[in-house]
Amino acid sequence: MLTAIYAILVMIGLGMMFGLLISFANKKWSVEVDPRIHEVDEVLPKGQCGGCGYPGCMAYAEAVVMNPNVPPNLCTPGKDAVAKQVAEITGKKAEAMETVIAFVRCAGTYEKAIRTGEYKGVKDCVSANILVGGDKGCTYGCLGYGTCVKVCMFDAMKMSPEGIPVVNPDKCTGCGKCATVCPRTIITLTPPGVMVKVNCNSHDKGAIVRKHCKAGCIGCGMCSKDCPYGAIVIDNFLAVVDSKICLEKCSDPVCLTRCPTKVIRPAIWGVVPGKELREEIKA
Amino acid sequence: MFRKIKGGVHPHDEKQSTEDKKIEFMPIPQKLFVPVHQHIGQASIPVVAVGDMVKKGQLIAETADGRGTPVHAPTSGKVTELGNYPNPIYGSSLCVVIESDGLDEWQENLLTTRNYENLTPEEMIDIIFKNGIVGMGGAAFPTHIKLAPPKDRHIDTLIVNGAECEPYLTSDHRTMMEYPDDVIKGTLIAMKILGVSKCYLGIEINKPKAIALMLEKCKGTPIEVVELETRYPQGAEKMMILAITGKEVPSGKLPMDVGCVVQNVGSLKAVADAVEKNIPLIERIVTVAGKTVKDPKNVMAKLGTPFSELFKYCGGFTGKNGKLIMGGPMMGQAQVNIEAVIVKATSGIVTISEKDVDYVPERACIRCGRCIEACTMHLMPSTLSILSEKGQHQTAQTDYNLMDCVECGCCYYVCPSRRNIVHYIRQSKAKNAMVRNAIKTGSK
Repeated sequence: MLTAIYAILVMIGLGMMFGLLISFANKKWSVEVDPRIHEVDEVLPKGQCGGCGYPGCMAYAEAVVMNPNVPPNLCTPGKDAVAKQVAEITGKKAEAMETVIAFVRCAGTYEKAIRTGEYKGVKDCVSANILVGGDKGCTYGCLGYGTCVKVCMFDAMKMSPEGIPVVNPDKCTGCGKCATVCPRTIITLTPPGVMVKVNCNSHDKGAIVRKHCKAGCIGCGMCSKDCPYGAIVIDNFLAVVDSKICLEKCSDPVCLTRCPTKVIRPAIWGVVPGKELREEIKA
Repeated sequence: MFRKIKGGVHPHDEKQSTEDKKIEFMPIPQKLFVPVHQHIGQASIPVVAVGDMVKKGQLIAETADGRGTPVHAPTSGKVTELGNYPNPIYGSSLCVVIESDGLDEWQENLLTTRNYENLTPEEMIDIIFKNGIVGMGGAAFPTHIKLAPPKDRHIDTLIVNGAECEPYLTSDHRTMMEYPDDVIKGTLIAMKILGVSKCYLGIEINKPKAIALMLEKCKGTPIEVVELETRYPQGAEKMMILAITGKEVPSGKLPMDVGCVVQNVGSLKAVADAVEKNIPLIERIVTVAGKTVKDPKNVMAKLGTPFSELFKYCGGFTGKNGKLIMGGPMMGQAQVNIEAVIVKATSGIVTISEKDVDYVPERACIRCGRCIEACTMHLMPSTLSILSEKGQHQTAQTDYNLMDCVECGCCYYVCPSRRNIVHYIRQSKAKNAMVRNAIKTGSK
């Protein structure tokens, strides 16, 4: 009985002693931290995606509070709502954010694009690319080993059975992580409401594109000639859509019907955008 | 008694098919596709235009930043195109397409006769640079940079690499057998440039004829012939230094930090040609071998010759091919296109028959440690491959000395789980380089 009491007393005594020590240490060696850092960190979505350019949400919170030059609207997954809150806490002015989602600029599926060799190495696009540029005939096309899918933190990308990653526009936050890891810079960030997109990344001449892929942009320039708003330009044998003009002006995309290889496609797969859809997107 | 290295492997050397065959001069093909990007570093810039007539040895591309090497026309003819064609190292790159006129005429006033003893080291370095000489062992490092180490490094030993530890390849062996005087002259030139008095010529003991010949020819010169054990990767620069001098190159350092410079016998022959006769590097000895090649040979081929032409010259194929490799089967690069061309780094092209390519899917690492035993660089390849699989590339570099790996492939050769260890390591290196570049350019 007495032993038990001793033990309890000793434990209580030890506990009190250490408690006192810790509270003393906390007072004496306390580090002054701006409380706003924690407030900002609370607001951020904590995806730790690194889309802002900082290694994690806490690092960005620290930077945005301490450094007056860091804008409050860098968190792409958080969008405007988070930017507004961060701006409120830090006392900075939040500028409007452009909503973007990832877009894979390649339609060279197993069926459409030829493969020149048989790749049996590590299943990773960077790995395949360092071996004589991978096994795909087209040197600009998607290799299809899913490095982008692996790094996506929001489960917004999936590898389709045809060998091209598919982005789920509802889940994609536009952090841009997939775009940075892609060894061929196929993935770009575009506004979701754009009418049409060019599903190709090849700057090769038409004849070479034709040799490698049935779905590639041959740079014929039909689309750029027909577009009444001048939203499409041919840059080094590749059609490039100016998403701003396309988004604001176009309601009836004629380019879709004229493209000989059908590489210009409606932004939403399978749906030819008409006036109704345009209204829907606007709303 | 021969010298040894730690670890390594001993694959069948398979050299018997070509080692006694004389070097044959291949007839010039109709079209040559000369890549302007043939080695590490920036691509050279073409200085000829479409429609120009070029003469053999004429400059067709010069360096962009002074670190690369210029490229010369391998034969006389007309430039018909500047376009992207298959390149064995980079997949595809800008090539100068030359249609041969069949005359093979040298450029006027190009060839001279000089005596290296009358030239200063600086003049000779300049000649070597202007003639586009690179290391011909396989890595194609520019020779003029290697022979001009920074002033604060004291170089005391020149090592000539005649090991040729890769299976199938015999191009260095044949160079020593047929051009021994050129190799020795090149060695003496390199010694004069570096200002060294000690020189070793390392040859593996599976080349007894070359050893006997070089021993005889080196009599009366300061070159000492050293016999080396037949072991892969004996011909790797750092292994060579260890086996011959007993010095180990520290982690993250270069051979010049231990006072050594290693040169391949093929490069030294090219150096001798350049310095004494002003012949630029426009052709090289290529071993065409493999079980499916009808008549394996050592061929003197012009740069820019497509592999398909070489195989045609060697009688074509006898069976179905599983793999086509540029370089030796251990460290060479698998090719996807038979139209890829001979570049300065092509020491050989090897085919592996479909039957011999036994592809087994890789399995998990069982931690047996065989790769650690085989690793000549004292690394832990198993751990490096696991870290790469998990995406911890930075840890591999900081804690496990990723950058010391010479990618010799011994770990993959002995792995019972058939893991693509070297490929994993190369992936880590590539991804770390991507991060480094991103930091340098300041993007996210």
